[in-house]
Amino acid sequence: MEKYAVFVPKLIAKRESFAPGHRACVGCGEALAVRQACKALGRDAIIVNATGCMEVIATPIPYTSWRLPWIHTLFENAAATASGVEAGLKAMVRKGKRPAKEIRVVAMAGDGGTSDIGLQALSGALERGHDFLYICFDNEAYMNTGIQRSSATPYGASTTTAPAGKLSIGQVTWKKNMPAIAAAHDIPYVATACPSYPFDLMAKVEKGVSTPGPAYIHILSVCPTGWRCAPDLTVRIGRLAVETGIFPLYEIENGKYKLTIDVPQLRPVRDYLKLQGRFRHLSEEKVLEIQNRVNVDYARLKEKVACSQKLNS
Amino acid sequence: MTQRVGIEVSRSIAIAVKLANVDVVSAYPITPQTHIVEDISELVANGELDASYIPVESEHSAMSACLGASAVGARTFTATAGQGLELMHEVLYVASFMRLPIVMAVADRALSAPISIWGDHSDVMAVRDTGWIQIFAANGQETFDNVLCAFRIAEDRRVLLPVMIHLDGFQLTHVIEPIYILESSEVDKFLPPHEYPLPLDPDRPITMGGLAPPNIYTETKKAQQVNLTAAKEVILQAWKEFGDIFGRYYSPVESYRCEGAKVILLAMGSFSETAMSAVDSMREEGKEVGLIKLCLWRPFPFAELRQAVKDADTLLVLDRALSFGGPGGPVASEIRSALYGLDKRPKVIGFVGGLGGRVISPSGFREIINRGIEISQAGSEQEFEMFGVRE
Repeated sequence: MEKYAVFVPKLIAKRESFAPGHRACVGCGEALAVRQACKALGRDAIIVNATGCMEVIATPIPYTSWRLPWIHTLFENAAATASGVEAGLKAMVRKGKRPAKEIRVVAMAGDGGTSDIGLQALSGALERGHDFLYICFDNEAYMNTGIQRSSATPYGASTTTAPAGKLSIGQVTWKKNMPAIAAAHDIPYVATACPSYPFDLMAKVEKGVSTPGPAYIHILSVCPTGWRCAPDLTVRIGRLAVETGIFPLYEIENGKYKLTIDVPQLRPVRDYLKLQGRFRHLSEEKVLEIQNRVNVDYARLKEKVACSQKLNS
Repeated sequence: MTQRVGIEVSRSIAIAVKLANVDVVSAYPITPQTHIVEDISELVANGELDASYIPVESEHSAMSACLGASAVGARTFTATAGQGLELMHEVLYVASFMRLPIVMAVADRALSAPISIWGDHSDVMAVRDTGWIQIFAANGQETFDNVLCAFRIAEDRRVLLPVMIHLDGFQLTHVIEPIYILESSEVDKFLPPHEYPLPLDPDRPITMGGLAPPNIYTETKKAQQVNLTAAKEVILQAWKEFGDIFGRYYSPVESYRCEGAKVILLAMGSFSETAMSAVDSMREEGKEVGLIKLCLWRPFPFAELRQAVKDADTLLVLDRALSFGGPGGPVASEIRSALYGLDKRPKVIGFVGGLGGRVISPSGFREIINRGIEISQAGSEQEFEMFGVRE
């Protein structure tokens, strides 16, 4: 641990592009993830943000936490706006109206802005092949408006629009697999990340923005407010999501799958679920159902990884 | 040397966009706008226009991509119509508040349902309050000239607002007219290169589009109102300078044979040209009728309008849109309110017609004028009438 403290500051950028003093909730996993992502982006980047927690907490006029050029326009159009930024920069550089400096274009949105309302714009931008990185900060519900369910809310979670009750377990659908949807566009780089694994996250952001063409990174962002968990457990819960196989960390580079954090022996999903109030109502039977689903999904992912390794050799 | 050529109006817009040397065009196909963007894509594909053409997956994304391109300082153009303009609706407000000088040609079209691909002004009226500068063209030459003027106005540092050029779907977009097409060297005299004052740039990071709490939102809207109202002076200057260079002058409100006219008809877009024929023939019969063409829709030209109608007893307003369950057409409503405070004002009678591509011929306009006179003389309290309904 001592050595860690000595080396870490040397391994990451000191510059804070996402400045402190913003109004995120205590223990916000998303603010942590944005901070880490910005460290990996460097200074020559333009951020296009969808409506959501980040715009609300960080940019109340006339204040801003952003030390990078930043634009927010609407909820569902971050990918489309980023397309315009990228195309505009390209045309202006080509026509000598801007210096020929590489500027990284990064779109950021929550799970609602990505997998629900912004899915069409995202699909269009990925399909057109713009050179940009899209980061989805997934806190598994519409947290900004008060914990309403999204298509990224996991099975069994209680939210304000899919509440657990006598006749319902809350969310009755399984989480939409956004990274798979992004990968289906045959883009060069797709990855999952979690701020509980900062070096893994930063390496992926760096790789994503450096890859020519579109890249997509899906970051699990623990939300103590919406998940009904203790705010000092953000990092631990993120690690448990990975260690239980609920949110595996992998990347898909040119179609090839690789687990970046391999967990040889998965912990039981109960370890993850029990720390969160949103799953408190689940029966043993339901927990088992989730466990079975995770086992199957994880095995499938491992198969893809094995298949990719075979192709490599 | 400027040449007058027979050309489809949509194609002349593409040429104007090329002459303006735009950097980004982002558009989605919709009838009757498609010829504009088809031609632009062809110019880009042939290397005649060096621009990034973004073939987006919806109009919502078309306008969103325009926001991004304009925010990095690119000269940006798009075109749409009808449902496309509706799908862009929320994005339009962002463009104007964020001072992004995007230029858009709108091939005005009716709104669903029932689906109609043909022209009227329902789409325009629905985006009336989005904070854009809005100019109506009545013919091909006006369209071509005003697309060039639009860039000049939008990008003026005193303005920095997006501009819509309205042209009637099919009735203008698809007709071939003789149009003076300017040379690039001539356009350069009128349209300076675009220098956006504060683009997104890592060397000068700015935050665009932050959250406005209640303690500041009202002030942001006041600023927008002051900005759009003040844009009128710049529009007038741009039109004057355009006229001085090219010999064609434009104004917010154009009067046609209004000398001594007691009855005036007001129309917008291509229909005003048809109405001219009706006014001509009625004048020949000795009737004191005139025509007003409202060219500048936003910012609304209050002073010019009041001046133009001051001697009339009756003002007939033709709307190509209907405010259901309301006072009739939106243009007539606005004109009533613009004149209400005057001591002496003409009686305003609204007509709603020309919906969904229904043509109003010169004899139709004669009927409208005669009917208007009849209503006026009868002293009726009737707010408006729908013209040409088959019963």
